[in-house]
Formats: sequence, C-alpha cells, structure tokens
Amino acid sequence: MNHSKLQDKLLQAARANPPSDQVPYAFEKRITALLASRKVEDKSVVWSRALWRAAFSCLALVVLLGVWLHFRPTPPSTETADDISQDFRNTLTAQNDTPTPP
Amino acid sequence: MERTEAELIAAVLKGDSSSFEPLVQKYSPRVFATARRYARRESEVEDIVQEVWLKSFEKLASFRGEAPFEHWLMRLAVRTCYDFLRGHQRNRESAFSELTEAEEDWLERFVVEPNSAPEDSDAAKLLINRVMEKLSPQARLVITLLEIEDRSVKEIAELTGWTVPLVKVRAFRARGEMRKILSKIAKDKYL
Repeated sequence: MNHSKLQDKLLQAARANPPSDQVPYAFEKRITALLASRKVEDKSVVWSRALWRAAFSCLALVVLLGVWLHFRPTPPSTETADDISQDFRNTLTAQNDTPTPP
Repeated sequence: MERTEAELIAAVLKGDSSSFEPLVQKYSPRVFATARRYARRESEVEDIVQEVWLKSFEKLASFRGEAPFEHWLMRLAVRTCYDFLRGHQRNRESAFSELTEAEEDWLERFVVEPNSAPEDSDAAKLLINRVMEKLSPQARLVITLLEIEDRSVKEIAELTGWTVPLVKVRAFRARGEMRKILSKIAKDKYL
C-alpha cells in the first residue's frame, strides 16, 4: 500500500468535508448571560480576595513583630536608663510611700 | 444605525457588556467551525466556543485594533483548541477501536485501485477523523492548519504563536507521525 498516496487521499477527504458552522439556538444570549453573571461574581471575588490578602498580611505582620519582640537583643542596661525608670516608678508610687497622718 | 465593530468593542470596554452580543452573533459560526475540527462531541465543541468567547471578553482590552478583530479572535480560538487537545491527550491514547466495515471497504478499494476510492465518501471522512484523533496535539494542529485549511507557514506561526522554523519542524514531524499511524492501520489490516 502506498502510504504517501493514502495520506494525500485522506487529506483530500478532510478538505472535501469541512465542518459545519452551525451555531446552537440563542448561543449569543447564553454567552451574554454568562458574562453578566461572571461580572457580578467577579466583584465579590475581587473583594474577598483583597480582604483575605489584607488578613494574611496583618497576620504575617503580627507574627513577625512577635518574633522580633521575643528574640530582639536586649539593650545594654545603663545607669541612666535605670535611673529614669526608677524615677518614673518613684513618681508613680510616691503617694503610697508617703505615710498617712494619724 | 448599525454600529461598527470598533464602536462595539469600545462600548464593551467602557462596561456595556451587551455590546458584545453582536460580535458573538457575527463570529460564532467561524469559531464553531474551527472548534469542530478538533473536538468531535458537540458538548465539547460548545465548551470550547464558550471558553473562546469568555477569554476574548476578558482580554478585549489587549486588542489594539491594528489587525481585524476576526484575526485576533481566531488566534484565541486556535490556541483554545490546542489547549483542549493537550488536555485530552489521554483519550487519544486509549481511543483505539476496530475499523468499521465501510472504512475497511474503502481501504480495500484504495489498495486495488487508489483512484477508485472516493475522497468525498463517509468512510474516508471517518478514516481521516480516526487518524487525526491518533495524532499528538501539535501534529494535529499543524496538519489541520497546513494541510486541511491550506494556510501558509507564516499564518500558522501567527495563529499559534510558534516561530516559522518551529512550524516547519513540527509540520515535518507531523507528516511522519501521520504516515506512521497509516502504516499501523495497514499493518493491522493486511499482516
């Protein structure tokens, strides 16, 4: 059998039988309806996607801050810093330290 | 007064999706005919065409109006059909079945006298469909565009997004693949 000739013959057969271009009834209406429904859906999808992204970003920020607070290098304690905190504490508790008159 | 394509497209881009309907109405026959070259079941054909229109609506902003809308749309249609073929490769591998009586008769007539086997018969049509279904997606696309639709290599390159040398290489391989399938059919039948 001559395969090359068979190939040509079958390709001729395909050329001689082009597919139908018939469109199902009201197909364009179906597409328009589909587009309209997708449009409504799209807005909600965009919103929900944006909100989820915001939520994940906030969560990531919280985790990062937590990690940073936990592992941050402790600042070397200086006398000045101690003094300030002590002063602050004294000021706050001054009233409690003052002996009440009998 | 009937609006031009450019006016319809501009209206769609401004948010009036109903202006898309005349475009769908006008070009659907062309898109359906293209999809029917690659999918046999009507439900699959409708799915492909629907996808083509949804994609074209979504990507309409990328249509610059330098070439006719039809060319842009057909590019999208061909690429969607190619995606469909790639997504259904498994069916191709498992879809082997015996030749029908009509197909066998046609082949016998061809063996006896090649010119006596009519190319416009249903058997020839069934046989070529069977061969096309056995081809790889790339080979099927190239054979369809180059040999059946009689398009130039340059046109195919534009439609598929492949380079011209790549189209030539794929066309060469596709012809070889097709001959292999035909020789397998002949071997199964006559050996």
